[in-house]
Amino acid sequence: MGIEHTFRHKHILGLENLTEDDISLVIQTAESFREISNRSIKKVPTLRGRTVINLFFEPSTRTKLSFEIAAKRLSADTFSISKSTSSATKGETLVDTALNLEAMKPDIIIIRHSSSGAAQLLAKHLDASIINAGDGTHEHPSQGLLDLMTVKEKKGTIAGLTVAIIGDIAHSRVAHSDIIGFTKMGATVRVSGPATMMPRYLEQLGAQVCLSPREAVKGADVIMALRIQQERQLDPLIPSLREYAAFFGITEDILKLAKPDVIIMHPGPINRGVEMDPALADGSHSVILDQVTNGVAVRMALLYLLAGGD
Amino acid sequence: MGILQHDIALAMKPLTILFENAHLIDPRNNREGRFHLLVVDGKVKAVFEPSEALSVPDDCLRLDLKGKWLVPGLIDMHVHLREPGAEYKETIVSGTRAAAAGGFTAVACMPNTQPVNDSRAVTTLINALAKDAGTRVYPVGCISKGAEGKELAEFGEMRQAGVVAVSDDGLPVADSQLFKRALEYAGNYDLLVISHAEEPSLSRGGCMNDGVISTRLGLRGIPAVAESIMVYRDLALAAYTGRPVHIAHVSTSESVELIRRAKAQGWPVTAETAPHYFTLTEDAVGQYNSNAKMNPPLRAEEDRQAIIKGLADGTLDVIATDHAPHSRLEKDREFDLAANGIIGLETSVPLTLSLVREGIIDPSGFVRLMSTNPARILKVPGGGLEPGSPADLTIIDPDVQYVFTAEKILSKSRNSPFIGMEMTGRAMLTMVGGAVTWNCFEGSELPG
Repeated sequence: MGIEHTFRHKHILGLENLTEDDISLVIQTAESFREISNRSIKKVPTLRGRTVINLFFEPSTRTKLSFEIAAKRLSADTFSISKSTSSATKGETLVDTALNLEAMKPDIIIIRHSSSGAAQLLAKHLDASIINAGDGTHEHPSQGLLDLMTVKEKKGTIAGLTVAIIGDIAHSRVAHSDIIGFTKMGATVRVSGPATMMPRYLEQLGAQVCLSPREAVKGADVIMALRIQQERQLDPLIPSLREYAAFFGITEDILKLAKPDVIIMHPGPINRGVEMDPALADGSHSVILDQVTNGVAVRMALLYLLAGGD
Repeated sequence: MGILQHDIALAMKPLTILFENAHLIDPRNNREGRFHLLVVDGKVKAVFEPSEALSVPDDCLRLDLKGKWLVPGLIDMHVHLREPGAEYKETIVSGTRAAAAGGFTAVACMPNTQPVNDSRAVTTLINALAKDAGTRVYPVGCISKGAEGKELAEFGEMRQAGVVAVSDDGLPVADSQLFKRALEYAGNYDLLVISHAEEPSLSRGGCMNDGVISTRLGLRGIPAVAESIMVYRDLALAAYTGRPVHIAHVSTSESVELIRRAKAQGWPVTAETAPHYFTLTEDAVGQYNSNAKMNPPLRAEEDRQAIIKGLADGTLDVIATDHAPHSRLEKDREFDLAANGIIGLETSVPLTLSLVREGIIDPSGFVRLMSTNPARILKVPGGGLEPGSPADLTIIDPDVQYVFTAEKILSKSRNSPFIGMEMTGRAMLTMVGGAVTWNCFEGSELPG
């Protein structure tokens, strides 16, 4: 099936800014790129001569590498700057760092930053296209898109499904993008976790809040477990990881409440034994590594849609 | 050509001038209507009806106001002038010239400078720097040494040096025992205690109102209850000690209701809000607009409505700007790391006049909120135009329309969410002790 839709965005700042048609186009484009990664020579010339800068102010393995591989498979020139190698450690402001990078004429800057809105700030000041690779507790659009792509791949559709997201919702930009993305595509999103980790106004964003994870999981097609992000909490929001694992961890027992063909997802990195039973991550329901594979395809699609024209 | 007098220091000699056909609004003296007002030797010499014949000095200047408002000089009891320590944001001279342009004849400056004003030495320095100011300057001293919230600062010495009130503004006094003692000890020196009411454990790390928008933007929220819990504590301690407390920058519906009830019980409390709290809501944050970031934060629409109601029924006594200049260095950055605060001296009059146009307050209410009440609460001169009182006055054209642009800002900083907005009404002339500190009358005959 083909979608007659033109992608009109200069930046990818969040799923909030994308329409249902935009999201479908990204997924469709990513599906067409997925095959490239299975070739023996994994490279096409689509973005030859384009310059892509990875500007990562927070630690990242998966996302940074995924964007780098995506850009290289499209023949773009890529450069990565992390916090320890940037001038931020010398006291330069984010805007100044970005203006200096801009002076070197990149086509796309991919930014990860601990402040919500950092990608918007760059978009306001720069001519280059900006891709948000995770800003504070705001959004992580490429992760949301790869989650949507993976669910569509496994379930054939997104509309009408029930997605249960369990964990630290308040500090999760992935949860945020997923709630926006899945509800936009017609799925029902339920969230559950310790109440101290639930923002007060989630229902107004379209999610159903369940105090009990069992209630959230009941009849679900998709279970998404989130990492407890202790690095974003100002002070402890739960008494112990042990209690969290006992009451909010995904177990075989809880899984029985979901649909028999439920898939289990996790944006990584996993704390095995905390968010889920260690065996479940490798079990038949798990699609965690498919998410990683699709991540490259989705990021290729985003780079292509932003810089593949002309 | 208008004569832009903001380059002229206050030291310029007082005028002998007759303001004719003013619409004079002076609630303290129960006057509102068409009057002439004569200024001689820096004082109000006479206020009289146009039909009365009164001999005026031969060298007297005359300005026919043709019905424009003439009001007691406006007093802003909550500003940050940044000097000493952050002169690149604002100085006492630049801030008070902005104040004069905004119609103010006096400001009370908060002590969170560098160093903080917690001593006779810093108070004395501020007073010395204020010799060239565009308004009268009333320093506010710290409640606690270093504004650290641990031990009382030297109220007596600061009072002798000229402070009119004490506050740790910018920071709450978290320790209730210390706040109680501040209220008690301030009594010895007849000092007003001004409270920045915020429960820090609830607001920690927050950078905007806790609500749907903070959730959507992924920003840590400051709940309304972080303010109202502390407002209640302050009111209860005022009642317990019998000493007056003034609640600064009220921003929430619940705070207004608590203050209303406290006043009904006769507790010694006064309160202020700022124009942004009755003009804007959290919606102004939009996509991380740091010029809509301040503490307390812009709240929800129901809070804005409650503030307006509080101004209308007298629960809130004062409109103060909380003028908080910051440079691009502090504002043009990640929202959570950007500094709190906006400038306000040059937009307070038009924003408050909109309440008059909407029928929420009447012209005498405008004068009470911006002049008479702050003078009474701070126990400083001004607030009325009695013959014999200093000629501190403001002439306002309530109808002139213009766009508020960055280029016209006199403050050293430009951090305003109102830039580009259409405004109605402004100060046309500001006079302190008979000297003109601001004048934007076209073709004015006044000396330049």
